[in-house]
Amino acid sequence: MWDWSYAAEILPDLFRALRVTVVATLLGIAMAMVLGLVLAIGRRSRRRVARAPAAAFVEFVRSTPLLVQLYFIFFVLPDLGLTLSPLTAGVIGLGLHYSAYTSEVYRAGIEGVPRGQWEAATALNFSARRTWTSVVLPQAVPAVVPALGNYLIAMFKDTPLLSAITVVELLNTAQELGSQTFRYVEPITIVGVLFLLLSLVSALLIRRLEARLAFNR
Amino acid sequence: MPSTGNDKTAAAADSTPAATPEENADVIVRFERVTKQFGELTVLRELDLEVTRGEKLAIIGPSGSGKSTLLRLLMTLERPTSGEIMVDGERLWHMERGGRVVDANEKHLRRMRGKVGFVFQHFNLFPHMSALRNVMEAPVRVRGMDGGAAEAHARELLDMVGLAEKADSHPSKLSGGQQQRVAIARALAMEPEVMCFDEVTSALDPELVGEVLTVLAELARSGNMTMLLVTHEMRFAREVSDRVAFFDKGQIAEYGSPEKIFTEPEQQRTRAFLRAVLEPR
Repeated sequence: MWDWSYAAEILPDLFRALRVTVVATLLGIAMAMVLGLVLAIGRRSRRRVARAPAAAFVEFVRSTPLLVQLYFIFFVLPDLGLTLSPLTAGVIGLGLHYSAYTSEVYRAGIEGVPRGQWEAATALNFSARRTWTSVVLPQAVPAVVPALGNYLIAMFKDTPLLSAITVVELLNTAQELGSQTFRYVEPITIVGVLFLLLSLVSALLIRRLEARLAFNR
Repeated sequence: MPSTGNDKTAAAADSTPAATPEENADVIVRFERVTKQFGELTVLRELDLEVTRGEKLAIIGPSGSGKSTLLRLLMTLERPTSGEIMVDGERLWHMERGGRVVDANEKHLRRMRGKVGFVFQHFNLFPHMSALRNVMEAPVRVRGMDGGAAEAHARELLDMVGLAEKADSHPSKLSGGQQQRVAIARALAMEPEVMCFDEVTSALDPELVGEVLTVLAELARSGNMTMLLVTHEMRFAREVSDRVAFFDKGQIAEYGSPEKIFTEPEQQRTRAFLRAVLEPR
């Protein structure tokens, strides 16, 4: 049933693919964290021109499947004159999609900052920008690190969807290997184990970070 | 800025506020028919009040009478429903543009805010910063002060409130009284012309009230800073203030020297209030 020599043979290919998966995840979460923050702040703006598009974007993204968004970016945008490599399209897709969720996470963190903190910033004559950077975000962001970490792991587990737009990531590679030899047990099992291991390690690191941020208060 | 001192002029001794319609250079804050409503509730009703430079005004009265709202309007934490507040001869909530009076923009509000400082009932220190950083942050980030100079000044202020050795402590490691003293130092660091103290001892355990009042009394004695103190500490109000305003139902029911208000109040409701808060039951 399980062939160790075959498993050893395909491992290098799978590790190469894992690198693509990890890179896509890290770039994707970086984009989601930055864009999510921009969206969260935009949704709190006093100006409607900032508030309305941010809210509309979040609603739109959350109401459509990631796979459809990926197809759109990779297969439809070229018709509109924007051709992207599979990995670039994948990272943008993941980043955009998850920014809608991270923006909600940030929003919860921002709402968790007591009103008195905003008032103290006003009383000390902080500008709006300074209020965000000195007072609100340093309190809101550490509070939501665990929730952001959950989305990191969720995004990591969503990367197999990138195979649909021809990114040679982990699952795509496993499938390819399987179709060559008609042996799927080893490649698919190894993929599952790699996902499991990396998810567990990420969860551990996030918990460490969380404890450290709590200690710094 | 030349100090006009702490002397009590004949005008300041006048028992009716806002009695002088013409510009008076000694007036630092003037409320002109200020009304504040929260929905159906009228918290301040066409309030007139004048505060002269260097004056220590105690604001007393039953809870819900609008005392704190008065300070919050001056700090621009709330916007008046109608009326105007003059600070240092300028409109706070409006400005002139092209010969017309329009709503104040953020730039105008920020310029005016620089004249006012505020100490909150619940301190509102920044929990992620040390005491020293709390005091330094605004001078450095808002006024662009050099870090070294700001730190030296912040340490002086912390020393003044008796907390020099707590400079590196975070607020969570400080008692309520210590936190409030840091908050006072933080507000002073911006060198405002007018300081608002909004029930600054109300959230403290009884044994910690004294240390904060001591700092306030010292400030009132030594500085020529204008102080507006909303307080429930009657003995303290009597000792440090030049003037006392008794608030009731969104208006100043009685106004005058502490001696007059505390020993021979004219109004029935002032008497009733003082009897209720001063007499042991």
